[in-house]
Amino acid sequence: MIQESDIKKVLVLGSGALKIGEAGEFDYSGSQALKALREEGIETILINPNIATVQTSEGSADHIYFLPVTATFVEKVIARERPQGIMLAFGGQTALNCGVELFHQGILEKYNVRVLGTPIQSIIDTEDREIFVEKLDEIDVKTIDSVACDNKEEALRAAESLGYPVILRAAYALGGLGSGFCDNAEQLSVLADKAFSFSPQVLVEKSLKGWKEVEYEVVRDSFDNCITVCNMENFDPLGIHTGESIVVAPSQTLTNSEYHKLRELSIRIARHIGIVGECNVQFALCPDSEDYRVIEVNARLSRSSALASKATGYPLAFVAAKLGLGYGLFDLCNSVTKTTSAFFEPALDYCVCKIPRWDLGKFRGVNRELESSMKSVGEVMSIGRTFEEAIQKGLRMIGQGMHGFVGNKELEIPDIDGALHAPTDMRIFVIEKAFHKGYTVDQIHDLTKIDRWFLYKLRRIYDLYGELKKIGSLEATPLELLRDVKRAGFSDFQTARALGMERDMEIEKALLKVRMRRKSLGIVPCVKQIDTLAGEFPAATNYLYLTYGGDKNDINYEHDGRSVMVLGSGAYRIGSSVEFDWCGVQALNTIRKEGYRSVMINYNPETVSTDYDICDRLYFDELTFERVLDIIEMETPYGVVVSTGGQIPNNLALKLDEQGVKLLGTSAQSIDNAEDREKFSAMLGRIGVDQPAWSALTSMEDINEFVDKVGFPD
Amino acid sequence: MKKATLILEDGTTFEGKSFGYSGNVAGEVVFNTAMTGYPESLTDPSYAGQLMTLTYPMEGNYGVPSSEKGSDGIETYMESNRIHASGLIVGDYSEHYSHWNAVESLSEWLQREKIPAITGIDTRHLTQIIREHGVMMGRIMVEGVNDLPVTPDYNSINYVDLVSTREVKHYKSGEGKKRVVLVDCGAKNNIIRCLLRRGVDVDLVPWDYDFNQMEFDGLFLSNGPGNPEVCEKTVEHIRRFISNPEESRPLMGICMGNQLLAKAAGAGIYKLKYGHRSHNQPVRVEGSNRCLITSQNHGFAVDPSTLQEGWEPYFTNMNDGSNEGIRHKSKPWFSSQFHPEASGGPVDAEYLFDDFVSKL
Repeated sequence: MIQESDIKKVLVLGSGALKIGEAGEFDYSGSQALKALREEGIETILINPNIATVQTSEGSADHIYFLPVTATFVEKVIARERPQGIMLAFGGQTALNCGVELFHQGILEKYNVRVLGTPIQSIIDTEDREIFVEKLDEIDVKTIDSVACDNKEEALRAAESLGYPVILRAAYALGGLGSGFCDNAEQLSVLADKAFSFSPQVLVEKSLKGWKEVEYEVVRDSFDNCITVCNMENFDPLGIHTGESIVVAPSQTLTNSEYHKLRELSIRIARHIGIVGECNVQFALCPDSEDYRVIEVNARLSRSSALASKATGYPLAFVAAKLGLGYGLFDLCNSVTKTTSAFFEPALDYCVCKIPRWDLGKFRGVNRELESSMKSVGEVMSIGRTFEEAIQKGLRMIGQGMHGFVGNKELEIPDIDGALHAPTDMRIFVIEKAFHKGYTVDQIHDLTKIDRWFLYKLRRIYDLYGELKKIGSLEATPLELLRDVKRAGFSDFQTARALGMERDMEIEKALLKVRMRRKSLGIVPCVKQIDTLAGEFPAATNYLYLTYGGDKNDINYEHDGRSVMVLGSGAYRIGSSVEFDWCGVQALNTIRKEGYRSVMINYNPETVSTDYDICDRLYFDELTFERVLDIIEMETPYGVVVSTGGQIPNNLALKLDEQGVKLLGTSAQSIDNAEDREKFSAMLGRIGVDQPAWSALTSMEDINEFVDKVGFPD
Repeated sequence: MKKATLILEDGTTFEGKSFGYSGNVAGEVVFNTAMTGYPESLTDPSYAGQLMTLTYPMEGNYGVPSSEKGSDGIETYMESNRIHASGLIVGDYSEHYSHWNAVESLSEWLQREKIPAITGIDTRHLTQIIREHGVMMGRIMVEGVNDLPVTPDYNSINYVDLVSTREVKHYKSGEGKKRVVLVDCGAKNNIIRCLLRRGVDVDLVPWDYDFNQMEFDGLFLSNGPGNPEVCEKTVEHIRRFISNPEESRPLMGICMGNQLLAKAAGAGIYKLKYGHRSHNQPVRVEGSNRCLITSQNHGFAVDPSTLQEGWEPYFTNMNDGSNEGIRHKSKPWFSSQFHPEASGGPVDAEYLFDDFVSKL
């Protein structure tokens, strides 16, 4: 069915080094595109200087160039390889910008290289703000109004016509200097005076602060067939970058009419712009009417599309690559059911939460407030049958010592109103604190503009914690309540803490008691498939999650001791990123090659290891002791690999070993001997290996004494 | 919340909680995989006699809008003037709702309309049972309510007669350029809205009314509940219309309207194992590369191999290959098994109304 049958060799541009806003998701997209091309027997060339990625591993592309993704270098590769086609949509903004540059310099024309997928002109149309607004005007789609003004009177007139509140932005000013929200003419007047003192021009823009932010992932083929694979709703209202916001899929607070109004607009836009492949459309939706504005369109695979792929099981990058080759959606199969068409829209029967991971604590002097630019370095995706379950799982997955929405160590928040109004990376925990201080859902809504539905759900988690606390005894907790809290995503840890069990025993012991108790009552999670059609068609899919919102497993386990489990590395953070994804994927490949069933547990949507194609069973779930043990009890594996996922699985080694779990490779004891500073040092002493003098100290005096002894470096 | 139990015909039981009317009810258990639109689905007359399972677990999130009517005399937010489904089955009912146009909670509405509902059960498991076994009858039993509900004979009851208008009703578009007769087998409001919006006046007539004696520019056959075999009268009226060799006025049918047209044209219909009830059904326009995502709600389908001379398949389901619509080869007569009027669901196929109106 390939129309472009002259295409024998294709160049794919990668995204280069990981950076904030451009990370592992493009390794995933690029890997999928390469897979789609190779399936067609097309020779593939990849340019990507990032050695830690899966796509640059042997076997993923025919020729790999570890070169910068810039026009100069790409031209050299094109001159040497002479590909007939190039794919620009799989390497983020880096690849897209490079593609536009290649076009402007006439390089594509010179070497007669065809852009496969969305044409360059369409990319330019979405990247240039003025053209973009014009294009959308042509099809009666509303964008955010903005007026350029040269003096205060003009600014006031503009604000009057747009209607308050407005945002005033000073032109030609760095870092938003002189910008701000204005609720009325007086405020605008003050701000405009200030802005005009250093800038000749200001932009007055309608403020949509407090509007909902909703995204759609649209796929279009060259026959003009369109689908929206997924919509997603931001937990945080407009004003916070979508990369900084908790996001849920599908939308939770939109009516049918709102959902389909925005869907129809997304499709109208994708058609008018001429997308071939995939694009992302972001909307602002008024919380008091069906009024909307288009914020932006990304004419390429994005972090959101990686998330949408994982959230729905629809392989967007793979399909986009096929469409770029000229296939119609009707030619392709749903890769999960294998029997139904790829022209469909996934129906979810679960809820997905994406939560960003920040590492702001690692930098000095960083403003912790979340704004319209991105600071997070990674993200997690959690799946549950209720929002409560998904969000609590997600908050644990973040891996910063939190146990969920409740049951964490107490936060010091001196100004709750302020912290609710100006969100930081701790925003969701401030909400819990506010509940604790007696704030109502309405009060929190007024300060945060977060939709009340989300707040009611969080309130429910808070109330359940309170109920457990009031009972204060595991034995006295009724079965129904125990089941309710598990369905609301409580870990055994949270349950034990709420019941005050830490007073009498170590928490590790307490949570095992909770585990035994609930198991004896038959409260255990069940495993469900992500099948893209909500159970409507049988699907032999291996893409799984665990939930307490069910009574039957979707999987019949073999219990033949032929499974090997690999624990993944969780969210990307500073010091642990795409390299562990590479390790995990290599481990899975080896397990398969040796004739075992490969099983992965991981929850990072930006990775290749969470692609269900890569293993025999994928559990998109937590890497906590509790959840890993749940899965081991279901899988009864031959063994577990903890050594390829970095620190998170390493830290589980001892605890799993204590439960009699067979760890493959280095024993838990030996891992502990290497990880535990004391034990490690003692061993070095034993075997006569020199080490720098060190000591674990708890007071300033001890430190001074130690320093006196060893001295400072020369 | 009181305890409630769902008991299937095959004896399977699901324990949950009641969040609707405190009463017992029996009906045909079906599942719907749409992720939005419970007010639209519940008021869709095609769900009469059925216990609707929603596979999306969280329901009730945005409450329920008002039943107010617009200047056209039609409910602004609903697909009819009441809930037609006999019962509702969900995974996780949201006790609190949040939306600017909500006036009450889903639970309050269900209680007001005396519709039992159960929450807290594994709806995915239930869906798999129906998928494997086919649709079956079931009962929702609420704790403390002792009456045993009568299990209706879903396939022989004339649900169309129960939901159809009793008298002819007139809806004015204001422009009144053309007049369409809409045969009400259980028509959704949005069919009327879609016609009025295109400047067409609508005469809504009862399902068994002989429209052939009326004056009109086009004929429209609506959706409706239950087994199409019980609508012989309607089929007879349609047959008279299409068998007149002089007849050239346009005809469009939706869902049951598609089945009745097919029967009138001599084709056969059959019951699907578990039907299509969702917002994501892929449909291909026969003989083209044009594909549509459609909203569907049907348990019966036309057997395309039985289509008679002069008729051809118009649309085909891309998932299971079943027929999704037929058309006449020379006359402006066509119908779809899916719902081009949507509400709920995608509006990809709304252009079919334009096609119809342009031929009037």
